Amino acid sequence: MITIIDYGMGNIGSIQNILKKIGADSKITSNVDEILNAEKIILPGVGSFAQAMENLHKLNLVDAIREKAKQNTPLLGICLGMQLLASESEEGFVDGLNIIPGKVVKFNLPSEFKVPHMGWNLISYQQNCPLFIDFDKFDEVRYYFVHSYYYKLENSQNEIANCNYGHHFTCAVNFKNVFGVQFHPEKSHKYGMQLLKNFNELELC
Amino acid sequence: MLRARVIPILLLRNKGLVKTIQFDKSKYIGDPINAVKLFNDKEVDELVFLDIDASKQNRKPDFEYIKSIASECFMPLGYGGGITTLEDITQLFSIGVEKVIINSAALNNFDLITKAASIYGNQSIVVSIDVQKNLLGKYNIYSHAKMKHKQVDLIEFIAKAEQAGAGELIINSVDRDGMMNGYDIKLIHKLSTASKIPFVIVGGAGTLAHLSEAIKAGASSVAAGSLFIYHGPHKAVLINYPTHKELKKINDERK
Repeated sequence: MITIIDYGMGNIGSIQNILKKIGADSKITSNVDEILNAEKIILPGVGSFAQAMENLHKLNLVDAIREKAKQNTPLLGICLGMQLLASESEEGFVDGLNIIPGKVVKFNLPSEFKVPHMGWNLISYQQNCPLFIDFDKFDEVRYYFVHSYYYKLENSQNEIANCNYGHHFTCAVNFKNVFGVQFHPEKSHKYGMQLLKNFNELELC
Repeated sequence: MLRARVIPILLLRNKGLVKTIQFDKSKYIGDPINAVKLFNDKEVDELVFLDIDASKQNRKPDFEYIKSIASECFMPLGYGGGITTLEDITQLFSIGVEKVIINSAALNNFDLITKAASIYGNQSIVVSIDVQKNLLGKYNIYSHAKMKHKQVDLIEFIAKAEQAGAGELIINSVDRDGMMNGYDIKLIHKLSTASKIPFVIVGGAGTLAHLSEAIKAGASSVAAGSLFIYHGPHKAVLINYPTHKELKKINDERK
């Protein structure tokens, strides 16, 4: 059972839809106890970093999510949900969950690169990462991105995939059982379905 | 390399899909949910649904119906039509829509855009502008709901929309809608220098070559209705979409 955290920031419906499609059980909640008891967690999110942290604080979810990460519960942050794993963000200059050290910074690119980075882009991924099991069947791996900020890791060893838009940037992060992806697997056809299937089948390590 | 997106735009009327010509002569095409399923199989980049009656009839989006569409969409989904409040926007995001599309006609002020963008981020707020060329070649903003032109300069309006917090624009050339004789390339040139945010051009695509032309001219993405709905010289209804190879080719010509 995957628990999707509802903290009022966007695309929860889409995530539940695709989980249903791949045969994964899921529930949506903002209840602290339910989250503390979750087997697997997805932290979704679309919108502004500062607003998201404010909502998490209001719902008393900040400590609960940190606690789950400590307990090694598999956790997947998607888009803004990934960025929240960082220590801080330039967007509103607030602290994040600080689970995977790094800073979220805004794209600063020449004018031919419009921001947000919006659309399908290819990624390079680490083949031994459990999130990317069975990916060798794809000729190329592309995902749907929509974001103006990106995750600048403190430690590059936490990077499990990168992408290129004006320059290379980290598009997926990992520390123990905590994963984060900048792109939208729930909106990326078979590439997203495979990734979420892998997350659903992830064994505790 | 980020590829330009190729986006089918589907028009909703009474829970059915329709296609128009120059915003008129609406023709019934088929069942929207069936179309979504076909577009899923074709791994479409993104889908846009526009309820073309909601604003005209002064009513809210049909949330239940949009939800049933969204639950089948495993690609990014944009929705426009009848959005007037922050609550509408919140509800659309909660049922699985990624982008809300607010037409220029609904923009008596930009407050809604600014409020929504500050909560949900600029990337999910799209401003759609219907553009009509006048006899002197000047581009006017056309209000579909009110059937008249707004006395606002297009480029000024775009700058205002950006400033207010829009993350993307959909620019629809009314004169080219359903004509399938190519995009307005001059308009694309104009937009590509005027707009700092990504813009989608729509109106006029009849062949894949038209898509290439528009991308080469600077469109961040290209959208079409007829091209992905009709097939052959007699315009038989057949949902279609370029193969992955074709999409690559369309993009590669940009270089």
